Amino acid sequence: MDLTTKYMGLNLKNPIVPSSSPLSRHISTLRRMEDAGAGAVVLYSLFEEEIRMESKTLNEYLVQGTEIYPESITFFPEAPSYRMVGPEAYLEHVQRAKAALDIPVIASLNGVSTGGWIEYASKIEEAGADALELNIYYIPTQSELTGGEVEDIYVEVLRDVKQAVNIPVAMKLSPYFSALANMSHRLVDAGADALIFFNRFYQPDLDLENLEVVPHLVLSESYEMRLPLRWIALLYGRVETDLALTTGVHTAEDVLKGLAAGATVSMMASELLENGLGRIGEILADVALWLVENEYNSLDELRGSLSQVNVAAPAAFERANYIQVVSSYGPGYV
Amino acid sequence: MAEQEERRDMYQTIDGNQAAAAVAHKVNEVIAIYPITPSSPMGELADQWSAEGETNIWGSVPLVVEMQAEGGAAGAVHGSLQAGALTTTFTASQGLMLMLPNMYKIAGELTATVFHVAARSLAAQALSIFGDHSDVMAARNTGFALLASNSIQEVMDFALIAQAATLEARVPFLHFFDGFRTSHELNKIEPLDESVIREMVNDDLVRAHRARALTPDNPFIRGTAQNPDVFFQARETVNPYYDKTPGIVQEAMDKFASLTGRQYQLFDYIGAEDAERVVVVMGSGAETVRETVNYLVDQGEKVGAVIVRLYRPFAGEAFVNTLPATVKAIAALDRTKEPGATGEPLYLDLVSAVVEQLGEGNTPFTTAPKIVGGRYGLSSKEFTPAMVKAVFDNLAQEKPKNHFTIGIHDDVSHTSLEWDGSLSIEPDDVVRAVFYGLGADGTVGANKNSIKIIGENTEKYAQGYFVYDSKKSGARTVSHLRFGPRPIHSTYLIESANFVACHQFSFVERYDILSLAEEGATFLLNSPYGAGEVWEHLPRSMQEQIVDKNLKFYVVDAYTVADETGMGRRINTIMQTCFFSLLDEITGEPLLTKEEAIREIKEAIKKTYGKRGETVVQQNYAAVDAALSHMHKVDVPAEVTSDWERPPLVPAAAPAFVQSVTERIIAGEGDSLPVSALPDDGTYPSATTQWEKRNIAVEVPVWDPDVCIQCGKCVFVCPHSVIRQKVVEPAALEGAPDTFQHADARFREWSDHQYTLQVSVEDCTGCALCVEACPAKNKQQPKFKAINMAPQAPIREQEVENWEFFETLPYKDATEVKLNQVKYNQLLEPLFEFSGACAGCGETPYLKLLSQLFGDRTLIANATGCSSIYGGNLPTTPWAKNDEGRGPAWSNSLFEDNAEFGFGMRVALDQRIVAATDLLRSLRQEIGADLSDAIIFADQVAEDEVVAQRGRIGELKHRLDEMLDDEQYAEIRPQLQNLHSLADALVKKSVWIVGGDGWAYDIGYGGLDHVLASGRNVNVLVLDTEVYSNTGGQMSKATPRAAVAKFAAAGKPLPKKDLGMLAITYGNVYVARIAMGASDRQTVQAFLEAEAYDGPSLIIAYTHCIAHGYDLRYGLEQQDAAVKSGYWPLYRFNPDLEIEGKNPFQLDSRAPQLPLEKYIYREGRYRMLTQSAPEQAERLLELAKADVQNRWEQYERLSRQEPSGNGNK
Repeated sequence: MDLTTKYMGLNLKNPIVPSSSPLSRHISTLRRMEDAGAGAVVLYSLFEEEIRMESKTLNEYLVQGTEIYPESITFFPEAPSYRMVGPEAYLEHVQRAKAALDIPVIASLNGVSTGGWIEYASKIEEAGADALELNIYYIPTQSELTGGEVEDIYVEVLRDVKQAVNIPVAMKLSPYFSALANMSHRLVDAGADALIFFNRFYQPDLDLENLEVVPHLVLSESYEMRLPLRWIALLYGRVETDLALTTGVHTAEDVLKGLAAGATVSMMASELLENGLGRIGEILADVALWLVENEYNSLDELRGSLSQVNVAAPAAFERANYIQVVSSYGPGYV
Repeated sequence: MAEQEERRDMYQTIDGNQAAAAVAHKVNEVIAIYPITPSSPMGELADQWSAEGETNIWGSVPLVVEMQAEGGAAGAVHGSLQAGALTTTFTASQGLMLMLPNMYKIAGELTATVFHVAARSLAAQALSIFGDHSDVMAARNTGFALLASNSIQEVMDFALIAQAATLEARVPFLHFFDGFRTSHELNKIEPLDESVIREMVNDDLVRAHRARALTPDNPFIRGTAQNPDVFFQARETVNPYYDKTPGIVQEAMDKFASLTGRQYQLFDYIGAEDAERVVVVMGSGAETVRETVNYLVDQGEKVGAVIVRLYRPFAGEAFVNTLPATVKAIAALDRTKEPGATGEPLYLDLVSAVVEQLGEGNTPFTTAPKIVGGRYGLSSKEFTPAMVKAVFDNLAQEKPKNHFTIGIHDDVSHTSLEWDGSLSIEPDDVVRAVFYGLGADGTVGANKNSIKIIGENTEKYAQGYFVYDSKKSGARTVSHLRFGPRPIHSTYLIESANFVACHQFSFVERYDILSLAEEGATFLLNSPYGAGEVWEHLPRSMQEQIVDKNLKFYVVDAYTVADETGMGRRINTIMQTCFFSLLDEITGEPLLTKEEAIREIKEAIKKTYGKRGETVVQQNYAAVDAALSHMHKVDVPAEVTSDWERPPLVPAAAPAFVQSVTERIIAGEGDSLPVSALPDDGTYPSATTQWEKRNIAVEVPVWDPDVCIQCGKCVFVCPHSVIRQKVVEPAALEGAPDTFQHADARFREWSDHQYTLQVSVEDCTGCALCVEACPAKNKQQPKFKAINMAPQAPIREQEVENWEFFETLPYKDATEVKLNQVKYNQLLEPLFEFSGACAGCGETPYLKLLSQLFGDRTLIANATGCSSIYGGNLPTTPWAKNDEGRGPAWSNSLFEDNAEFGFGMRVALDQRIVAATDLLRSLRQEIGADLSDAIIFADQVAEDEVVAQRGRIGELKHRLDEMLDDEQYAEIRPQLQNLHSLADALVKKSVWIVGGDGWAYDIGYGGLDHVLASGRNVNVLVLDTEVYSNTGGQMSKATPRAAVAKFAAAGKPLPKKDLGMLAITYGNVYVARIAMGASDRQTVQAFLEAEAYDGPSLIIAYTHCIAHGYDLRYGLEQQDAAVKSGYWPLYRFNPDLEIEGKNPFQLDSRAPQLPLEKYIYREGRYRMLTQSAPEQAERLLELAKADVQNRWEQYERLSRQEPSGNGNK
């Protein structure tokens, strides 16, 4: 079964792409992903804010307590260099990943300043990344900021980066836009080579015992795929760009659903973190088997077949679907 | 620009330590070191260069090894030399003393080596880290040649000359220079080109050195034992080598001159050719003598000086022939003291040389000149041109004073010469700038950069010297910067400045900042008040000085700039930019344009911070760019308007000694104290920190009684004992100030009492450990707890009043409280308070607890280190006493011998108990059988039993007093008197041996091991910070795997030594491993059990430290994480349990439940490695995890094992 696919102009041997996660921190793991059959890899994100924080913190503890008492003028030896306080370590990682892998290497960037987005995107391109994913983790908490302005920020970042680099650029989106369809169009107009649905924000939890807000990391579940699935299905055929599914992809069935909704690729992390990289090969085999059993000749035949433009009951993706589901909960459920 | 580049290559602005290390690293193959102030930076630099792959002149990277003590370093050096490697070491003071035995061996075996020594005082009546020659003088009979450098340039030059000479002479060299004055002074020098080093070091001689090495390929034996028949003769075999050495040194000096143009002589003469009065001196003081002689000769005086370069072997003939024929009087200046001698060493050498050479007819003069000797500059005491002139004036006397001192006022033995303090010989074309900063604001760092900028980018010569504080928190620094058209030889502090900067506004209330400002000088003040309003905020005397001296006055609100640019409390680059912008005004000539200056400041920022990331660099750039727009010139009013003056530094209630002596030291005027003001045997009053209110915290804790659950945890953790709690009867609160807070006591025993918690805001350092320790949160707003930080200034006055009232309320005593509970034992009075330790110190809370539990009957032997500094450094000391006048008796012997020192205290006490008991027994009938028996058989385990015994001893002494007055006992009066003087020994005393891991794990381990094995009842408290904190974070054997420390820049590759387990193997040692942040209950339990255990006890306390690289307010949290991760399992090993048939080993913490990285990567010492060498960090993390697992399993097994049932005592 031919599982090859084209994502952002890159030739992928199949549509399964491990998404940005700590798994990509080691070249050996990346190699194992390739060996397991991944079509491409997305590296962990270069966080501009983290770089800034590392730099400030390093400086703080290097100067702390120094030049105060004559016996202890300093407390630490001078290291020849610190690689984590600038983008160097990340760029080196991109380079090494490129050298080690045959499959496309997609870098990921999370900037905070305009200068940062452009500078780091260019450097990532120079380092040899095949493509770049923009990972905008932005919680618009300022009350004076309007939805329109928030959208503008996304579009501007994308436009700036696209002007700075020649490699394809994907936009990883949050599901919280008021008008996601319009937003998608605007991003495509600004040059997005792919839209990725969706960025999964970790939501903090509350600790009642200690009266604290605590960070909480929960791996995704398959049911969480519904939201991106719905939007991919809605947008497939309506925006001229590749659509990528991420969040909640755990099984071959999930991948197939993604394809059916219209996704070019399916990205996964939780499943691999939980059950190992071997899952890539297993899922791929299951996908291929299902396609054969169901007499599909290619991925393209399946892709988008259950998108809104192609299904028999398009309203199912819209409000009607909601009414139906809600009304199906009877007193027995309460 | 090209010219500038060339200048940068031609000159370097470095300190003496760097100058020595630079050469030593080039010409050695092995470097064995041990840190000791002020020589530590030499070893650290050598280690850093080797870590960076810097090679020596033969292309190999020298191997740098840190040993467990200087004795060990010397042994390693000896071995390495014997095995043929060119080897060196760096040391000072007591370190050199520990090397002495090996030095005799090395010299006796004619082994070529150079030891580089930053000469420092030896501890006598007190320790001092500062410079003099008492250490090197104590090494003068080892057989090492002694070569003295006087300036930074000479340090570099002589390091090489010594190396060249030792290889040829085979006599080992001790190359020394003055601690701090030379080791830490920055000066512009011409560095040695590697080609010069190559040229000076003869490879044939290196090969000859190698050929003399031990090798099984050509075996011989060296280091034999000899008998009376031949030892003497063999000892005399070396004479020819010593005879030749001066000549070899001179040849090396001459060759050096041909290569560099800098000519030195064994003895350099400076001054008038027809001089009649000559001073002989060596070390940095020679620089001041040189300056003064030149000045006096210009004034027409017939004076000169001989600068001693090669002190040993002393070339008498060469010396005498350096003197002018016209000489009539000579003064030898010694920077050391040899009590009881007929004179100090240089003086004696001089006298004998002159007498001997005169007898031989080898002198340029025929009549013997008068020779006198004098002492100067002990412990870096200032030595100024005025003092040099006084020495010459003395020589002009008919009968010059001999064995004089200069630089102090000796009103006891009347040795001192008077000098004219107003004499200044510094030329006008030298800029003299003085900066007052706070340690934490970065002033010194920026000034070091300024000196380099001026030294390396202009034609000016530059010098920087930095004076630090005696406290580790809230410390003041004073930077002395000079630059001018000629090399700067002024080895003394600036006495008259044409620029004064005060980087902290609060200093204007405390110090006489402008006393050094000369007429017309420029004054820059960091002030929250603008140019228009600052005037009214200055004390009257400061206004007077500004008006009278016609100062140009500028203000800058540096903290606002720092705040706006994200610099926090670091105002260094802001103040630096302002200084450079005022340079034109100060110098009257364009030195650097404003643009050039800013460019160079930024260049320096890039150099200093570049490695730490662009963010930090940009932040500093922003601060520089914003600085000048915030600096404004003040229109100085013609009139003085202020009606207030700087308040006195100690209150009127302080004891007389504190008023008359301590206060002067606090004010920075200790130099003016006469000899009679100081105790003659190093004994000082306790409890003096209470009189020094430093007001260093910007924010202080404020108590919220409504939220408080009265647990005592904030009191427990407070490193400076500024938070205290009391439970009192309601009536006691009558007359309390209006703002005094209290609440109903939540103590079952005292439910009708009032609870109060009070903060001494003037003593607080603002560390906020208390806030983090507080478990009680405000339910509506959990961001607030029962204790919260708030600005100090607005509440200072009210809280001072509240504190005063609080102090009138009674503490509970140990018999009234449950000692094992923090809530209760924190009601006890701390007898350790307001130390100068770092804000947030992890050591001091343990000491405070110790003082609360046993302070009134404790003797403390304290190893040298942080705890001896904050515990015993003048002016004020924290060990205190209670209302009855009892408190910890504290002393520090050395670094290496602390266990033995405390052991000595124990055996003395034990012996006194035996003597007292014997006497009591023999006087049983006369004194009374009941009282005598009660005393002899008293069981002093519980606190009330100790108190009861104290009562009985009071009774006994009363009875003895009566008997001594009673004639019927006249015959036994001597016995009665003896018993009276010994009686107090019969009240239980507790000996605590306190020190850090450098002492316990490394330098003092042999002694500690012996003392633990002795079975004596001593308690050892190891404050384990896992590095040599006091000397700046060098690796110890307590340093954990994967942590970065000096000498472990690539992360410590091996695991921490398990000191506790080593002690446990004895079976009869009580051992506890504690961490107060993880379990306060277990901590207290361990202290109580250790003290109660009648045998040796060892407590190893996890101690967070500034050298761990994080905000110490989270110290307790980190302690908890250390335990939860399994890195620091808590346990107690109590041999008494074994006697009871129980397992003596009790694990007090649970199995690892937190991944190790969650604990360690919150600390800079570990995190640094992930930033500098991520792969190495990852590898070491895995190994460290395995360490945790293995150790846990080992402890777990121990905790489960069946007791042997027979005890092991």
